[in-house]
Amino acid sequence: MNALIEIERLSENVAPESVGLQGVSRSFGAAVALHDINLSIKRGEIVGLIGRSGAGKSTLIRVLNGLDKPQAGRVVIGGQDITDLDERALQPIRRRIGMIFQHFNLLSAKTVAENVALPLKIAGQGTEVRRKRVMELLDLVGLADKAQAYPAQLSGGQKQRVGIARALAPEPVLLLSDEATSALDPETTGSILGLLARVNRDLGLTVLMITHEIEVVRQIAHRVVVLDGGRVVEEGAVARVLASPQTEVTRALVRGLSPSLPGDLMALVRPLGAQALLRLDVYGPQARLPILSRIAEITGQPARLLHGGLNDVQGEPYGRMFIALGTADAAKLAQVLAALSPISVGLEVLGYVPADV
Amino acid sequence: MSQQMFELLLKGLWETTVMTGVSGALSFLLGLPLALVLVTTDRGGIFENLSVNRVLGGIVNALRSVPFIILLVAVIPFTRLLVGSAIGIAAAIVPLTIAATPYFARIAEVSLREVDRGLIDAARAMGANRWTILREVLVPEALPGIVSGFTVTLVTLIGASAMAGAVGAGGLGDIAIRYGYQRFETAVMVAVVIVLIVMVCGLQAFGDWLTRRIDHR
Repeated sequence: MNALIEIERLSENVAPESVGLQGVSRSFGAAVALHDINLSIKRGEIVGLIGRSGAGKSTLIRVLNGLDKPQAGRVVIGGQDITDLDERALQPIRRRIGMIFQHFNLLSAKTVAENVALPLKIAGQGTEVRRKRVMELLDLVGLADKAQAYPAQLSGGQKQRVGIARALAPEPVLLLSDEATSALDPETTGSILGLLARVNRDLGLTVLMITHEIEVVRQIAHRVVVLDGGRVVEEGAVARVLASPQTEVTRALVRGLSPSLPGDLMALVRPLGAQALLRLDVYGPQARLPILSRIAEITGQPARLLHGGLNDVQGEPYGRMFIALGTADAAKLAQVLAALSPISVGLEVLGYVPADV
Repeated sequence: MSQQMFELLLKGLWETTVMTGVSGALSFLLGLPLALVLVTTDRGGIFENLSVNRVLGGIVNALRSVPFIILLVAVIPFTRLLVGSAIGIAAAIVPLTIAATPYFARIAEVSLREVDRGLIDAARAMGANRWTILREVLVPEALPGIVSGFTVTLVTLIGASAMAGAVGAGGLGDIAIRYGYQRFETAVMVAVVIVLIVMVCGLQAFGDWLTRRIDHR
């Protein structure tokens, strides 16, 4: 454990921490919204924070920009402890934190350009500086021709682009995204996520994506944190967590993305039978090893892929496979398991199936 | 209708316009801040202060519950103190303003409350202070509702100013009562009513047009 902390400290020197939550707790009456949350986000990282509704995601985001105060623990933004700051002292810090919202929260009485300019106006920038920056940002999000339009005249995806331009206006150190794609259709979601990934890459911006959609995490997050009942229940590289979720909550969230054995196959699985059936979870370079032929070398029988396969997370493969070994021999099975366990993140003998399935 | 009658009507129209206009402007200037205080000092508001909120709410309710004709008489000492007389246009403006201010404040309050909390949160998240939130978010977002509420207030004031005519304030109401009712000159009564209808319709149409122009929702 100590070694782990040591490693974290070392890497902090390379990529300084942008956001840190230390032992943060917050409850509303008897309802616990956050319990002892520890979270660290490196500069330039995209972290996906996923959880079901009521998991404490919104409270966490409000704690991060000081709209809500934790009852215990510390909140550190860009190296500065903001836990005990009052409203006035928080204002300059909030100006460095961009935020985008599920329902966009654009001002209906202001044009697109005026909406994007608002954070700059709040920061006390002059008219000329504002106008120049607004045009830059509208170019960046591809809405330069809509500068004089009102939000009501835009589509959902365009509104969110305005929201992103507005969030980026004061050159924030951190971008908070609160379910920013949840009100959009899949295609628009893809383009908004693409824009966020580009902004992250080009500007080196740290992004915290709060979402209940695992697909959002898969597409752009570098790291995922799973929140449930106000606690962090799982955390790690996206491919690792998708390939081998460790908790029931995560498994439920990733269900749509990782294959499960179809019902008719499941019905054929017996405690005893002709061929052992394995569930194998892999991610990273190991996922592309010649797994089936390695098994065949050990058992002397052809191994068969009955279900599943590989998917990818931002270029990194992960997947779940259901493999029939071609034998039920216990010694061979033990050998196969020994050979597979170093290259897998999840390995389980599900039972035995007939040779003719 | 005689030339004399026409001039009388014109004078009445002018007096009604002045009474409505001045008391309307005053009730806007006093009522909007009052509405802002009522909304922002309420629970969860950006200037939350429940005791201020309760006291002001109580005063507004008390004023709103007094029928205008009684208010008109009850504030006479105050009117005398303020304008030196209890009769005439200037004197009528005092009770009209006292009645219209809480009325408009309540209407504006409804529009201000309808502003999405998410917008206020977004402004806070941008680091806006409370005055900026008032100026950039609360008032502009509620403005269409405030304008259409102010139109309703002005229309109500036209009616009330006719009542003020009963205590010698002048205006169209005064003419209708003195000539149309007391002297049985039905033609005058009908003429006054027609002028009032045209005034109210015109005002409402203008208010609706203005509301549409500034409403980008």
